[in-house]
Amino acid sequence: MVTLRRTARSKWWWVTALLLLGLAGALIALALSWRPAIAPIAPPSPGSFAPAQVVRGAMLVKLGDCAVCHTRDGGRPLAGGRPLATPFGTLYSDNLTPDPETGIGTWSAAAFRRAMKAGVSRSGAHLYPALPYEHFTHVRDADLDAIYAFLMTRRPVREAAPANRLIFPLGFRPLLAGWKLLFLHPGETPVDPSRSAEWNRGAYLVEGLGHCGGCHTPRNLAGGEIRSQAYAGGIAEGWRAPALNAANPAARKWTKEALVTYLRTGISPDHSAAAGPMGPVVDSLSQVPEAEVRAIAAYIVSKMGGSPSAPVAPLPDHADAAARRFPEGAVLFGGACAGCHGPGAPMMGQGRPLLSLATVLRDSDPTSAAQAVLQGIAPPVAGRGPKMPGFADALTDQQIAAVLGYLRARYTDRPDWKKLPATVAKARKEGAQP
Amino acid sequence: MTLSITVNGKRHQVDASPETPLLYVLRDDLGLNGAKYGCGLGQCGACTVQLDGKAIFSCITPVSAVGDRPVRTVEGLGTVDRMSPLQQAFRDEQAAQCGYCIAGMIMRAQALLDADPRPDEAKIRAHMQTNLCRCGTHMRILRAIRRVAGLPSDGAAA
Repeated sequence: MVTLRRTARSKWWWVTALLLLGLAGALIALALSWRPAIAPIAPPSPGSFAPAQVVRGAMLVKLGDCAVCHTRDGGRPLAGGRPLATPFGTLYSDNLTPDPETGIGTWSAAAFRRAMKAGVSRSGAHLYPALPYEHFTHVRDADLDAIYAFLMTRRPVREAAPANRLIFPLGFRPLLAGWKLLFLHPGETPVDPSRSAEWNRGAYLVEGLGHCGGCHTPRNLAGGEIRSQAYAGGIAEGWRAPALNAANPAARKWTKEALVTYLRTGISPDHSAAAGPMGPVVDSLSQVPEAEVRAIAAYIVSKMGGSPSAPVAPLPDHADAAARRFPEGAVLFGGACAGCHGPGAPMMGQGRPLLSLATVLRDSDPTSAAQAVLQGIAPPVAGRGPKMPGFADALTDQQIAAVLGYLRARYTDRPDWKKLPATVAKARKEGAQP
Repeated sequence: MTLSITVNGKRHQVDASPETPLLYVLRDDLGLNGAKYGCGLGQCGACTVQLDGKAIFSCITPVSAVGDRPVRTVEGLGTVDRMSPLQQAFRDEQAAQCGYCIAGMIMRAQALLDADPRPDEAKIRAHMQTNLCRCGTHMRILRAIRRVAGLPSDGAAA
């Protein structure tokens, strides 16, 4: 009896000790996650910034694609409020105009630098990594200050972003400190002295401000980029961002020249057109000095490796065999696609790439091919460039799957895609606006 | 081959090769000449009809893709004597110049109004974006749609 009671008592002691230890741990974690507020400032007058710095900031904002996420449909540029669908819920981008109440009007340059490099708001609250600070952390202070100068000289817009809608418990921002411990790796992009100045400039832009890996690198379950698989291909707004490393599926090796043309116009004669979330990237890059795009292209092409002078394989076009295997797809292609993509079609006379050159048909993942058929392609650069109507309302998931099966068999030598109807159904769901 | 399609509530048997664009079947086989051939590439919207309530380009929709889904053309909306509210609004606003795009415009706008009877100006403009009018009557077309959507005629609510 006595022994039993003593055991019970010692059990309680252990439980209490563990609870206290857990509480202390939680308190220490909370204390470690705490960041101080940075004192608000009176909004600086636009005239206090050097014009050359503002102009440079405008260019850097294009290179960083800031306005793409920080502008809602029909909204004022950079005033935020755009819904961003993530696997963890919907986030709304912040207002980057210098409005003191709803924007960054009371932010000092130091507060702005901290937000970009450490993902902490002026108030001390942790920011969600939808702001790709794991890339922006590599941006030099002089560039961040130029971006700050550009933003603070915009016309203030009073517009508060709607509240985020996240799954429990991610509304609790101190948790983000733990995320950063795992995935935020500060420091400058290393310079490789064995490479050209252009390549190193490209590395700085791609790894930092350009945040290309944000879409083109796969993410783990916690939403962090898997660094060991950098540029192995990822997901962007329901589209597949193709691999930019040696696994890039292009039919013709990318050259620096071809990539510069693609990044500035949205299409390259030896490759397909920019579609989905890549469209706005092209729109931005069409507006920056060509030297910056050349640097980006030099770096990305080196990631893909291989020699463009290697012998090129003939482009496949197995029309008969594909029609035998996918008769429904062949019929639908004839009525819906051949008017533009068939031999002798007026569009082909304009030098548009053959479907055998389309990267999306060669990718191991059919998601972007499905999205291109569902949503079509919007001309990326100010209404100019390639345009394709969407077929989401004209064709059923099953019909689009039939077309995709046919296209893959006709225009590539690669194995059939599996579970196509399910992929199309998923793409249709994810392509809808959040 | 013989295909069966339902247009404006009526079942039709048509003899056509399966990849024939729905537009050709509507015009040549069924005599429904409202939808027009413009570009043949899904870039202008003159051929717009409704498939299962959604606006589609009938010039790039193979007839065999229709299946059991109902097709609706401008002839299914109303007649010269008994116009639908949207057709009446197009007439009242004198939205047609040459008229070539109008059947497509009406069918696209009707698809929006059926899904959302009170769209705002931004939604109307985004929805109508795929349809072009070479005479440049877009402002009158927008006024006609606003009339039915219950918006101020000048789009000031935007």
